[in-house]
Amino acid sequence: MSKCPSSTLILRRARSARLEGWPQTPSLPPSFETRLTGTPQDEGRWLWLQRLLVVLALFTFVEAAHASDRKLNIGRAATPAEIAGWDIDVRPDGQGLPPGKGSVKAGEEVYMGKCAACHGEFGESAGRWPMVAGGQGSLKSDDPVKTVGSYYAHLSTVFDYVRHAMPFGDAQSLTNDELYAVVAYTLFLNDIVDEKFVLSKETWGSVKMPNAGGFYDDDREATEKAFWNPKPCMTNCRPEAKITGRARVIDVTPDDKSSRKSVD
Amino acid sequence: MSDKTGPTKGGGSSRRSFLTAAGASGAALIGAPALAGNPKNLPPNIPEWTRTLGDGVAVRPYGKPSKHEAHVIRRDVQWLTASRESSVSFTPLHELDGIITPNGLCFERHHGGIAEIDPQDYRLMIHGLVDKPLIFTLADLKRFPRVNRIHFLECAANSGMEWRGAQLNGCQYTHGMVHCVEYTGVPLRILLEEAGVKPNAKWLLAEGADSAAMTRSIPLAKALDDCLVAYRMNGEMLRPEQGYPARLVVPGWEGNVWIKWLRRLKLGDEPWFAREETSKYTDLMENGKARQFTFVMDAKSVITSPSPQAPLRQKGFAAISGLAWSGRGRIARVDVSLDGGKNWREAKIDGLRLDKAVTRFYAETEWTGQELLLQSRAIDETGYVQPTKNELRKIRGVNSIYHNNGIQTWLVKPDGEVENVEVS
Repeated sequence: MSKCPSSTLILRRARSARLEGWPQTPSLPPSFETRLTGTPQDEGRWLWLQRLLVVLALFTFVEAAHASDRKLNIGRAATPAEIAGWDIDVRPDGQGLPPGKGSVKAGEEVYMGKCAACHGEFGESAGRWPMVAGGQGSLKSDDPVKTVGSYYAHLSTVFDYVRHAMPFGDAQSLTNDELYAVVAYTLFLNDIVDEKFVLSKETWGSVKMPNAGGFYDDDREATEKAFWNPKPCMTNCRPEAKITGRARVIDVTPDDKSSRKSVD
Repeated sequence: MSDKTGPTKGGGSSRRSFLTAAGASGAALIGAPALAGNPKNLPPNIPEWTRTLGDGVAVRPYGKPSKHEAHVIRRDVQWLTASRESSVSFTPLHELDGIITPNGLCFERHHGGIAEIDPQDYRLMIHGLVDKPLIFTLADLKRFPRVNRIHFLECAANSGMEWRGAQLNGCQYTHGMVHCVEYTGVPLRILLEEAGVKPNAKWLLAEGADSAAMTRSIPLAKALDDCLVAYRMNGEMLRPEQGYPARLVVPGWEGNVWIKWLRRLKLGDEPWFAREETSKYTDLMENGKARQFTFVMDAKSVITSPSPQAPLRQKGFAAISGLAWSGRGRIARVDVSLDGGKNWREAKIDGLRLDKAVTRFYAETEWTGQELLLQSRAIDETGYVQPTKNELRKIRGVNSIYHNNGIQTWLVKPDGEVENVEVS
């Protein structure tokens, strides 16, 4: 809401507020009222003062409305059942986990039936779909491969994501037991758990993700501080620029001709 | 006629006379096969569209661009992704001017295709660490006090294909994951206050209703600062591909957190580490560690014309045109170089210069057919100067995919063709 509503808007709101039994303009202290009862020649001044006071009082009212737990009474309470149906997020500490459990063995069946067509039988990917296994030790290389085993820092990320969005095109269709099972199988594909492992709330904390320490919070303002430069160079800033690479050499641009202006 | 190189000063009339003079003196026309046209429409003849009546009103109840502008469209790069449902299309920046992107040309990024939501069945839920969990209909959202804000939205992966070197030939592909529209919506703060945020709440989870049910964690301070739940863009209701009927607007921050088809907001005391803020949208550095929660989009700019899809057609006067933006505030200045960053001059900014919105700049020059290495450099109001790609690579390596805001170089060749190049 604007901090400075127009005066007409304020007045209209004040009027309707009175109609609906909202707080009235506070009454003035007696001394002030005495001063306001003036002679006829003071009438203009009186009116002016009265208006000023009304405006001041209204600002107080608007500000007070902001400061307090301002409720517009729009919308309605969400019921526990409504919330339960949509509240599907899971945090690293396990908050949000549904009841249920699933073994690696049960997960293999779910995975082969619903996941392997895109992600590959061993999580190696079929075609261009994401790999879910492998890549450990590749993050410093020229070809980093980001998978559950090589990159994910939290078990909850896999669980939460599959629960939200997988299988691709048939989202939120797995039962809780299938969900636990297929996540357990993904961990197995990454050698994080053994084939006898059963994933549940109870075993959640025992899973150690290989890249758990692999992340840190945005530090650009410190590590890239040099990019804040009060006097960027304007003339003779560098030796003659030499071309070191060209897009046309790679030529991966689609639809090049038709994207160009036909008339100029 | 002026022989000097450098910016042409003066008003429209002098420029017009300059252009006329250039035409009369037979300034070289380069390429331009489409300029021939139909002589029957040219003076002294009277063209068909003058002699006959055209379509009446309401024949076109929702107006569309001229059929002659059919090439001004979003495009995708099919080899980038496994499917179109989880993919991206790019804004044709080279065909646009000013700062507002037309709704139908705003780039798309979906993770599970476009959710087609019936507005009657739209619901937004707020719960978690609140005094009173609430649920809103679309009609409810429209009753709240609303504001209008113009902001850019840039995907964190914009220019992501260029980390290892020049790859795609066109600013539509190198920089087209950005758009800028006017949003109408409810300040998120008002919605959260309606539910009553508990003192221990520190983070907000936003979730979409699409088939990816996209989720992102947002610090509560940002949510209470300038975020909106928007339902309109450029005056009309959001387009389905932009999150109809309601999306989150998170000014200055990477596009991925602007959850479309917004269905749920949950308050919590720590972030959720969802897939899109861990496995994706984290910036892998050379040492194998990755930055997370890199929300802010650093200052960036690109010359949109000339560019590979918009070559220089004529020698003589040329208005170089481009866009600059910063997630940290307003653009303070834009510099342009014609020689690959050796010498710079200040560009002219025209139009609105708004907080966390794109800003349009121009640099006027005389082009005599010499090779140019065009660059632009954005400087924002915090003093951040857009770095070169090599300066970025020195700090981040080439594996980070996201947040590539390095200076773009276009090579203009003697025939007016433009190419995406890397310079030393």
